[in-house]
Amino acid sequence: MAVYAAPGAPGSIVEYRSRYDNFIGGEYVPPVKGDYFVDVTPVTGQPFTEVARSTAEDVDRAVAAAEKAAPAWGRTSPAERALVLNRIADRVEANLERLAVAETWENGKPVREALAADLPLVVDHFRYFAGAIRAQEGRTSQIDDDTVAYHFHEPLGVVGQIIPWNFPLLMAAWKLAPALAAGNAVVLKPAEQTPASIHLLVELVADLLPAGVLNVVNGFGVEAGKPLAQHSGIRKVAFTGETTTGRLIMQYASENLIPVTLELGGKSPNIFFSDVAAERDAFYDKALEGFSLFALNSGEVCTCPSRALVQADIYDDFLADAVERTRRIRTGNPLDTETMIGAQASNDQLEKILSYIDIGRKEGAKVLLGGERLEHEGELAGGYYVAPTIFEGHNGMRIFQEEIFGPVVSVTRFADYAEAVAIANDTLYGLGAGVWSRNGTTAYRAGRDIQAGRVWVNHYHSYPAHAAFGGYKQSGIGRETHHMMLQHYQQTKNLLVSYSENALGLF
Amino acid sequence: MAAQRVGRVALTAAAAELLVRLTRRHGPLMFHQSGGCCDGSAPMCYPVGEFRLGAADVHLGDLRVDGLEQPVGVWMSRAQFAYWRHTHLTIDVVEGRGSGFSVEAPEGVRFVVRSRLLDEEEPAALEP
Repeated sequence: MAVYAAPGAPGSIVEYRSRYDNFIGGEYVPPVKGDYFVDVTPVTGQPFTEVARSTAEDVDRAVAAAEKAAPAWGRTSPAERALVLNRIADRVEANLERLAVAETWENGKPVREALAADLPLVVDHFRYFAGAIRAQEGRTSQIDDDTVAYHFHEPLGVVGQIIPWNFPLLMAAWKLAPALAAGNAVVLKPAEQTPASIHLLVELVADLLPAGVLNVVNGFGVEAGKPLAQHSGIRKVAFTGETTTGRLIMQYASENLIPVTLELGGKSPNIFFSDVAAERDAFYDKALEGFSLFALNSGEVCTCPSRALVQADIYDDFLADAVERTRRIRTGNPLDTETMIGAQASNDQLEKILSYIDIGRKEGAKVLLGGERLEHEGELAGGYYVAPTIFEGHNGMRIFQEEIFGPVVSVTRFADYAEAVAIANDTLYGLGAGVWSRNGTTAYRAGRDIQAGRVWVNHYHSYPAHAAFGGYKQSGIGRETHHMMLQHYQQTKNLLVSYSENALGLF
Repeated sequence: MAAQRVGRVALTAAAAELLVRLTRRHGPLMFHQSGGCCDGSAPMCYPVGEFRLGAADVHLGDLRVDGLEQPVGVWMSRAQFAYWRHTHLTIDVVEGRGSGFSVEAPEGVRFVVRSRLLDEEEPAALEP
């Protein structure tokens, strides 16, 4: 339908600046040491801007600005904060197309997904937490006739947030909206692969927030992320990433005895019971699409349904249909609204995916589709593209056990319900899962038996606000996209009040 | 590849050369193989002592690098090793922009693992 002009090219609706400083205390300030790093678009492999390469000194400044802003922001009424969040949502909505194109250019995702999912969800998450904070109530407990316990929610103060690169704006919104709603000031470090698109959003909303309530510091993990996670001025760290860094974040947080929320990925099973194929109808078509959703966002989703488990009696026919359905995925320019799968976010991500395809082959998995790098012509020639790939193998293979974070699904069969659940749970992780069945009881029981924080039944990859998202097992700690996330950003203040006129009588 | 042929882990020449440079800046280094999303599945390189190893970890081996006095240890969580034990890992380096706290990221490069199946007679001799 439309091909958006590349940001910076004539006719583009997006203009990135040539350089981005840090956003600290309500203004853009250069990094103390004056260093910058280049931001590359995975669409073409070419640099398009440069971004502050911050160090501990910049993190100190940002935390100081946040500490200055936090007390007043924390005392604003829920109605005031909700209004600010709603206004942020309105600004994003009014600029939705521009932000979607900007995000596509930085991350490589197909713009149709950014337009249909990422940015509308950003808008909705701000509105949701605006509502949630208005509706939040503390509780009171009557201890006895004279004594009452009041429980108030209070903000933590300054919180640190380290954002992943797969949904640069949406993951920022998932973390910012509840933290700001709860009355915290934030120091946010974007991923080094996607450090710039967040600044287009910040520029849009900077005037809505008091100076210092939101601070964005860019840089590398070891140089900027670590001093943030270790900073004695922060009261909580939120991180989305992988297990080793998750452990390191917990280790740093332990130095200051502060809590963490972690989202560390998964290896999500997508289970197709035999009654899925009882009819060749709309539901069957939906299930086939559900299978091919492993390619959503080029597979760079923590809940990517990267293990497909298909019941043996429908296995051959269902898989043949699923391969055909996946074959129809349109690859190409991410800025083309017809393109269904775009670029991988970075060169090292591309290399990692290819190394997984290599070990899959060496382990004896059969490639049913794809299995190679996609070489596009022209401007896209330098970009990082992988063909949607379907492997057939068994759950003991590395490609069934590690999150490849690419458009790669590994398929195996199961004989019965018990084996389906056993395979589904034979993983280190427990973030997402899919269950497909026309039988409500089967779907319910499987949903309860699978050890994962989010089980989609008869659909996949929807991320509405007001449905809790988070992991079991090694997939992390905490629940996002739900009002319970507010409590991850709040203290509980208990006022224990005596209304008795009389002494205890002990002294 | 300047890979050691005996053991569970090896290093490419490019990765070895990078380790020498990084050691000059950061002191003795070690690897912990990550799992999970985003930059998961990448070997994370830290100064020795930065990452707290514990009972949950397995020592896969030591990489001896020309020009470095100390070998570079390679570790992985025990739970992850249960799924990786049949494979041999060679640490390589590619251009890229990994996130995480691995020390090579500011150089514009990223360590990656290349894997092969262990030969049939190898695993028994290589229990860590």
